[in-house]
Amino acid sequence: MSQLPTEVDKKGYWRAVVRLTLSLLVIWFAVSYGAGILFRDLLDNFSIGGAPLGFWFAQNGAIYVFVVLIFYYCRAMNRLEKKYGVGV
Amino acid sequence: MGLDFWTYFWVVGTFGTYIAIALWARAGSTNDFYVAGHDVHPTVNGMATAADWMSAASFLSMAGLIAFLGYGGSVYLMGWTGGFVLLALLLAPFLREFGKFTVPDFVGDRYYSTAARLIAVICALFVSFTYIAGQMKGVGVAFSGFLGVEFNTGIMVGMAIVFVYAVLGGMKGITYTQVAQYCVMIFAYTVPAIFISLIITGNPVPQLGFISNVRGEDVAMLEKLNTVVQDLGFQEYTQTNKTMIDMFAITGALMFGTAGLPHVIIRFFTVSSPRAARVSAGWALVFIALLYTTAPAVASFARLNFIDTVNESTYVADDADYVAEAAEIVAEGGKPIPEWFKDWERTGLLGVEDKNGDGVIQYRAGDENEVTKLDRDIFVMANPSIANLPDWVIGLVVAGGLAAALSTAAGLLMVISSSISHDLCRRTFFTSMSDKDELRVARASAAGAVILAGIMGMNTAKLGFVAQVVAFAFGLAAASLFPVIVLGIFWKRMNREGAIASMLTGLVSTFSYIYYFKFVDTDPVNWWFGVSPEGIGFLFMFVSLTVGVVVALFTPAPPQEVQDLVEDIRVPGTRRPHGAGDAAQMPS
Repeated sequence: MSQLPTEVDKKGYWRAVVRLTLSLLVIWFAVSYGAGILFRDLLDNFSIGGAPLGFWFAQNGAIYVFVVLIFYYCRAMNRLEKKYGVGV
Repeated sequence: MGLDFWTYFWVVGTFGTYIAIALWARAGSTNDFYVAGHDVHPTVNGMATAADWMSAASFLSMAGLIAFLGYGGSVYLMGWTGGFVLLALLLAPFLREFGKFTVPDFVGDRYYSTAARLIAVICALFVSFTYIAGQMKGVGVAFSGFLGVEFNTGIMVGMAIVFVYAVLGGMKGITYTQVAQYCVMIFAYTVPAIFISLIITGNPVPQLGFISNVRGEDVAMLEKLNTVVQDLGFQEYTQTNKTMIDMFAITGALMFGTAGLPHVIIRFFTVSSPRAARVSAGWALVFIALLYTTAPAVASFARLNFIDTVNESTYVADDADYVAEAAEIVAEGGKPIPEWFKDWERTGLLGVEDKNGDGVIQYRAGDENEVTKLDRDIFVMANPSIANLPDWVIGLVVAGGLAAALSTAAGLLMVISSSISHDLCRRTFFTSMSDKDELRVARASAAGAVILAGIMGMNTAKLGFVAQVVAFAFGLAAASLFPVIVLGIFWKRMNREGAIASMLTGLVSTFSYIYYFKFVDTDPVNWWFGVSPEGIGFLFMFVSLTVGVVVALFTPAPPQEVQDLVEDIRVPGTRRPHGAGDAAQMPS
């Protein structure tokens, strides 16, 4: 594993990782703090099966999005690793 | 087959399974003992992490808490799940690439400082001990409430079980028992939830029942609940009396605290690679979400059902023949108090007082309320009997509660024992210690920690603050551990001076604030910016982060060796040893 580092574009890889991480954290923030707390009154004007939407995000919806976020991150990271030839 | 039989059946059966697993998964080296040999499958680790993470509080208390708090209870749901996103994206894969055993390992090596390592040890020990006392208390309550065993005897039985598999198997034994414990927990939680969802909404999936109409009526379940609780003088279920800033801060403290808890972080050291660590965090959240998305549904069903069956029901005296009396009340067109209510009244978790002497129970907000004792744990515990499920399901819930408490206790014990044997002995005071000696010390300190935790659990009656101090655990993890770990990975320039300043700021500020507003001045009016002690860790996290960055900028950059280490941690598969100390400590 010691012959890798020189050929690999470590800096480019890391920049891509940070960019991906930040954009996923924006979604993470939006569905929990955003939809569930800050803008819940606004979202409560809509409803999902009788539950006010903001309330539903705070109690159920945000959790579903969290799960999807992590698995998306896994896939995107695998793609990045492949593209930059790291981690193999 | 009575209830007692089934409760014993499940408790003895599950405990036997845990012991059998412990005997099978014995640890042969420190690598086995601390990180289960680094080769746990990601899905298996995810399941173990879920059990490790979900404590007696998640299993028994959370749904009840939400039932009372309504929308305000969302802080627990978002806070205790959102932290896993942070773990997956910011911590787990990088700490796995770093490749050692403990959180203080990382802090000490990354900040090339024994002082930093020791402060991290103090944080880890403090967080773990406050947490574990609560688990032991949960074990005692489960035993004394359901098996008729004395509180302290119950704790001793629980201690003995954890002792066997933690001391023998270390992380390896704990991992596989946690998997078994997760299965017991989730089964015990979802089966009653499915039935109660069917009863209230006609939909077998609790998560869907949550957003459905009440069975046979053209009104949404939550709407009906809102109307019903408002009529009794309570606050609307989908509203809260918490301020927005406090909701925000508590959610934040719980999320960042979750990500900074050592017993959760070390679970990701047990998998084989950074890639496996990422997937494993995903699976952990899936397994947690199964319970956490069911909980708010259970909470609302239970609240609705409780009001429906208990409010305006006619009381039946303790010495009366329940069946005969109830039939008489029904014949007169009344509603008898449910039988499960009588059962739970005997345990002291429920209590009524007929204030107006009309023989009927009024459940209200305010002074006229006649349900004088309503323990929040009751909702999960009584669910099976409320839903008229057979005795074997009720017994299973007891085993589930014990599984939740024991699995979390075991994870915490690992942190405590490795802090002592690895961080203090091997890395700080006796650096020439052999692997065999270290393993012996690890076992001894695990044993000592079990006993100490048990003693703390037995004295929780005297130490009435146990429930209160959980706020410390999350606040301290968020404000003292989380910032230095994240900066250590994402900012190469972060140095020793900054890390020490940051950890101390977080530790001292959070501890003082919580202590002051929990024990000295309990008036919420004086809270800073209206933020409760539960949420303050979130604010102080930013303070300690800022202090760390500013101090680092005014002091010398870290040595080249450490900067190289950071670069290696960021890119999977490039980790090389940096310096003689690092190389000697690398697990094979």
